[in-house]
Amino acid sequence: MDLLLKPFQYEFFTRAILVGVMSGLLCGVMGVYITTRRMSYIAHGLSHAILGGAVLTYVLGLNFYVGSGIWGFGAALLIQYLTGRRVYSDAAIGIVTTACFALGVAVISTYRKFSQNFEAALFGNVLGVSPTDLWVVTGVTIALLALVLIFYRPLLFWCFDREVAQVQGVPVVAMDTLFALMLATLLVVTLQVLGVTLIISAVVIPASIARLLSNHFGYMMLISGGLGSIISFAGIYLSYYFDVASGASVVLLSTLVFGAVLVWTNYRRRAKRLTAPVHSNRL
Amino acid sequence: MESVLEVNHLTCGYQTQPVFSNVNLTLYPGQFSGLVGPSGSGKSTLIKAMLGLIHPWHGEVRFRGKRLRAGAPPPGVGYVPQVETIDWNFPVTAEEVVMMGRYRERNLLPWSSRRDRLIAKELLERVGIAHVAHQPIGELSGGQQQRVFLARALVGQPDIVLLDEPTSGSDLHVQHELLHLLAELSQQGLCVLLSTHDLNSVATHLPWVVCFNQGIVCQGQPTEVFTPQTLQQTFGSEMLVLRQHGRIVISSDATTLLHELQSNLPPALQQHNSQSV
Repeated sequence: MDLLLKPFQYEFFTRAILVGVMSGLLCGVMGVYITTRRMSYIAHGLSHAILGGAVLTYVLGLNFYVGSGIWGFGAALLIQYLTGRRVYSDAAIGIVTTACFALGVAVISTYRKFSQNFEAALFGNVLGVSPTDLWVVTGVTIALLALVLIFYRPLLFWCFDREVAQVQGVPVVAMDTLFALMLATLLVVTLQVLGVTLIISAVVIPASIARLLSNHFGYMMLISGGLGSIISFAGIYLSYYFDVASGASVVLLSTLVFGAVLVWTNYRRRAKRLTAPVHSNRL
Repeated sequence: MESVLEVNHLTCGYQTQPVFSNVNLTLYPGQFSGLVGPSGSGKSTLIKAMLGLIHPWHGEVRFRGKRLRAGAPPPGVGYVPQVETIDWNFPVTAEEVVMMGRYRERNLLPWSSRRDRLIAKELLERVGIAHVAHQPIGELSGGQQQRVFLARALVGQPDIVLLDEPTSGSDLHVQHELLHLLAELSQQGLCVLLSTHDLNSVATHLPWVVCFNQGIVCQGQPTEVFTPQTLQQTFGSEMLVLRQHGRIVISSDATTLLHELQSNLPPALQQHNSQSV
């Protein structure tokens, strides 16, 4: 038992686990919107764009969360603006996010002292979270989950059928902006756990597992959020014993779970098909 | 009678290209009409302008006498979009889709109220699909899916329902069922406007048609409106029109005309007819 609880003797590890669990929960819940709206590429691109903001924030001596958050939000709005101006959405994402990322790389190459921070930003460094980070992540988790609850109905409608949602009185432009803000905030606070290169997996994989297990949007959020937390916990915990990077451990574990669930659901579907009666209720 | 929706001198377009110009149309309570025209004639754009989804270049749309502001669709208008725009893999059940139509009721809770669920259930029963209420939309048949979206448009108790190509891609049986349901609703006072490019199985069964191609060509009852001249003006090609026992069959060539004549008959008559042929 002592051996199992050994990692928790270290304060930095307990903080890492707490931040990891909250990030996993947030990424899981938000991931349902991102995957069902086919926005995985925008989330992936934005995480890269935020790197540029993080570097500039550091150079200008600003608060990391505020500076990077504003930068990410601005990038998301710019993508939206370009998409509405005859630029294909994937091209708009490519232009804005790589430009922001390149800016970060350019600044880093000028100020050589970034090399270690740069690696942490790319691959995450959950073991390096400070008590302040823990408070910020807790606050953001509560705020984002509250927003998801408050705007559940309009966001669901907006996500499913934007045009009819507008006809039915959903303020779709406000929803676009709200979601861009929520996405930028999510990416900024979870950047430290997985880094820009791996963050998308925490967003996409639990939501994809939830989609395999449920046909209900609300249940998908519960499953995805729950799985995100559990996988983050287990991934960071196992990284201690296997001495691997915690971000990589979380991603590999979630991929393993995804594979297992895929095999299981396929097997169940096939078994159901074989035992199903021949008649159908279709019109 | 006071109109439900009025379109006055409306011109709309995208970028620098007008899609239609100077459209005038008035719709009344209980009117069941079809907007008939070829693909790309501007039917969907006109419907979107009537919903307040796009900014008109000139003219105005009035709903219950009040001028519509683009970007702010008024309550009291139901809309059924083209099924091609729907993501059928989206994780929602038929009941959830219908309850989306209750958004204006300002329920702040993330879950639906008991009243909303009751209203949705009643409506699903009314359109004959209560038994699939808890099934994901992607698992429903084409006819059931169309009814779900019609139920969503109706659940807010609108004065008018606009349907964009509701019959496209569905078989004759489903088309006739939907038309029958819409006719029933219009008899109860609802104003219904649907767009279609399908002449024989849809347009000729409607009580009122508006022939449309970048503007209104003509409007009236199908028996008056569907003439070779107006159809050529609307569809841009020569059409043959056959009137038989109060029915109209339209086609671009004689062979297809005969085929259409056969396929649009009820099954019993089809058999009888093939024997006599």
